[in-house]
Amino acid sequence: MTERKIIVPGEIIVSGDEYLPGEGTEKNGNDIIALKYGLSEESNNLVKVIPLSGAYSARRGNVVIGKVESINFNGWVLDIGAADTAFLSLMEVPRYVNKDALEEVLKIGDMAVLKIWSINKRGVDLSLKQRGLGKIEQGLIVNINANKVPRVIGKEGSMIKLIKDETGCNITVGQNGFIWITGKDIGSELFAKKAIEFIEKKSSSPGLTEEVEKFLKENKK
Amino acid sequence: MAEFKRPDGRKVTEMRETSAKVGVIKNADGSAMFQTGKTIAIAAVYGPKKMHPQHSQNPAKGTLRCNYNMMSFSVTDRIRPGPSRRSTEISKITEWALEPALDLEKYPNMVVDVHISILQADAGTRCAGINAASLALAHAGIPMRDLVTSISIGKLDKTLVVDLDKKEEDFEEGEGPTDIPISMTGGKITHLQLDGKINGAQLKEGLKMAKDACDEIYEIQKKALKEATQ
Amino acid sequence: MASKMTTSKITKERVEKYLAEGKRFDGRKLEEFRDLKIETGISENAEGSAKVTLGNTEVIVGIKMNVGTPYPDSADSGNMMVTAELLPLSSPRYESGPPKFPAIELGRVLDRAIRESKFIDLKKLCIVEGEKVWTVFIDVYSLNDDGNLLDAAGIGIVAALKTAKIPKYDSEKEKVLFGDWTDENVPLSTEVPLSLTAHKIGEYLILDPTKEEEDLCETRVTIGSAKGSISSMQKGNLESLKIEEMEKAIDLVDNAYGGIFKKIEEQLK
Repeated sequence: MTERKIIVPGEIIVSGDEYLPGEGTEKNGNDIIALKYGLSEESNNLVKVIPLSGAYSARRGNVVIGKVESINFNGWVLDIGAADTAFLSLMEVPRYVNKDALEEVLKIGDMAVLKIWSINKRGVDLSLKQRGLGKIEQGLIVNINANKVPRVIGKEGSMIKLIKDETGCNITVGQNGFIWITGKDIGSELFAKKAIEFIEKKSSSPGLTEEVEKFLKENKK
Repeated sequence: MAEFKRPDGRKVTEMRETSAKVGVIKNADGSAMFQTGKTIAIAAVYGPKKMHPQHSQNPAKGTLRCNYNMMSFSVTDRIRPGPSRRSTEISKITEWALEPALDLEKYPNMVVDVHISILQADAGTRCAGINAASLALAHAGIPMRDLVTSISIGKLDKTLVVDLDKKEEDFEEGEGPTDIPISMTGGKITHLQLDGKINGAQLKEGLKMAKDACDEIYEIQKKALKEATQ
Repeated sequence: MASKMTTSKITKERVEKYLAEGKRFDGRKLEEFRDLKIETGISENAEGSAKVTLGNTEVIVGIKMNVGTPYPDSADSGNMMVTAELLPLSSPRYESGPPKFPAIELGRVLDRAIRESKFIDLKKLCIVEGEKVWTVFIDVYSLNDDGNLLDAAGIGIVAALKTAKIPKYDSEKEKVLFGDWTDENVPLSTEVPLSLTAHKIGEYLILDPTKEEEDLCETRVTIGSAKGSISSMQKGNLESLKIEEMEKAIDLVDNAYGGIFKKIEEQLK
């Protein structure tokens, strides 16, 4: 794998017949050219650009946290912080729902953890049919830049596990940058929030895990 | 021929001191500041997001919407806050300058908003605005084939110069000033305006000067993006 | 990057629970301001200018002056006017178009705070009685809205005015020589008016809310005062305030005044 580096739109990332254009790139003759600003990455000859900034773009399979904006006759419209509003059909709720009482499941203003099961011309379709999904009853919601979510989660979930262990909180990370924290008291929830915001700020630091460990140690009461 | 003397002593092909920075507006999806001499432009990008009202939506691709605005105290003679005929035209010119570089096909029915504010003006504000906007769009992760660069070429009496400042815009000797703001992306012209008087041959020479200046600006923009800490 | 999404109900519960313990999410006490930074002279063509940073909130204020005719009922006095624009650049919640109510209110509340406190000595801005007087234009622009724009703008106005110079005026040609300044400052009183706002969340009054907190505020009261002397007020939003709460707001603002005033003095040195 070649070295990761920051790439600007229009820049040639690599040249060579063997390379294939992945996300955020296009092929022009022998050159793989960046279509987006971000970090270039190459593995098995596939070249892509990982965005560093910008708005969240919804993807199929993402677990997200959203807020109910309105209710219509067969489901809920949610704001998931993406370009498009998202729709949760009552068919995607894992239990029987009375069509006249959708509020019993989710009211306007309620927050929920959901999964994007489809993206089509109409917009984003959400589902609650999976373990760990559902209405958020209480806790703290933190909002970070969605591009930093992989850093908060860490390799195979190592970073988020570290924070969970050190703070004793339950943490659900939405791919859209919304994070739900619940702990035994507000102090520990805020500790987890601070740690997450620390990672967001220091996300480009190479020794991030060590820095976070240090931060957690120093700030633990 | 003796070299033409510019009021501030610059060489004819010399731009004013120029700097750029991205990430200047925390709330925005992408943002940048671009400064040339005493002219300072700030740009912020929000989106892509759903276009409202619905009848403005384009089902074929996303829409770029630019909004250029001068702060009332950015010039010596105060301008009334709010849009004017001038700012409305420049907003549209800015869209035309930028959009050819963008790839908005993946965003049907959506809009990318670019808001440009001129904090301090010493001529060349539309060019500074376009340069800032191009950076902000890249910073917002909008797909682009290339950055967009913009410069004003001037003719003072008979001499072509790069990057006019206000004093030069008010040049009164001989044939007076001609102002030619030009924007380019990937070596192509996406915006050109001209006010004044010039013959075709000299204008062609001006285009070459613009190309060279735009290459310089490109390097400044690239550096700003590479050095950003997000 | 900010979401357009307003603060949720479940966050409100958490905020209130914490306020009950006398604490806020960012570790501040209820009456504590965020870090305040003032930069002046940020726009050279203005008579005076300032950028105020309050946490993540950023506001720009610029002063311009021009000569015009006085109002008939104050023939020997200059004029002043505060205008505010909430730039769509500064928040995903603001849109282009004619100024909406929050921008209009911000400008008007701050206009009254400066005018009623007589901070600018308008009498000294008279050139020829009944004919020629200076008008001071104070323009406020939001750059990044993370709550409490009004207080930040009020601080910015003071800083911009204090550093402003009067332009040269050619009395024979009756023309202002824009871009050419005298050494004269805008005539100001030593009693500096500050507009500070107490916000109510649940049962609690706080100062300098972040956007997250501001979303949860049910009501607010802005108090313009100088050294204990109040000269403008605005109670905003729907919810009512108990008399005791209003009294408490007056005390909160009164107590905060000294600290902010000191910070302005320090940073303008």
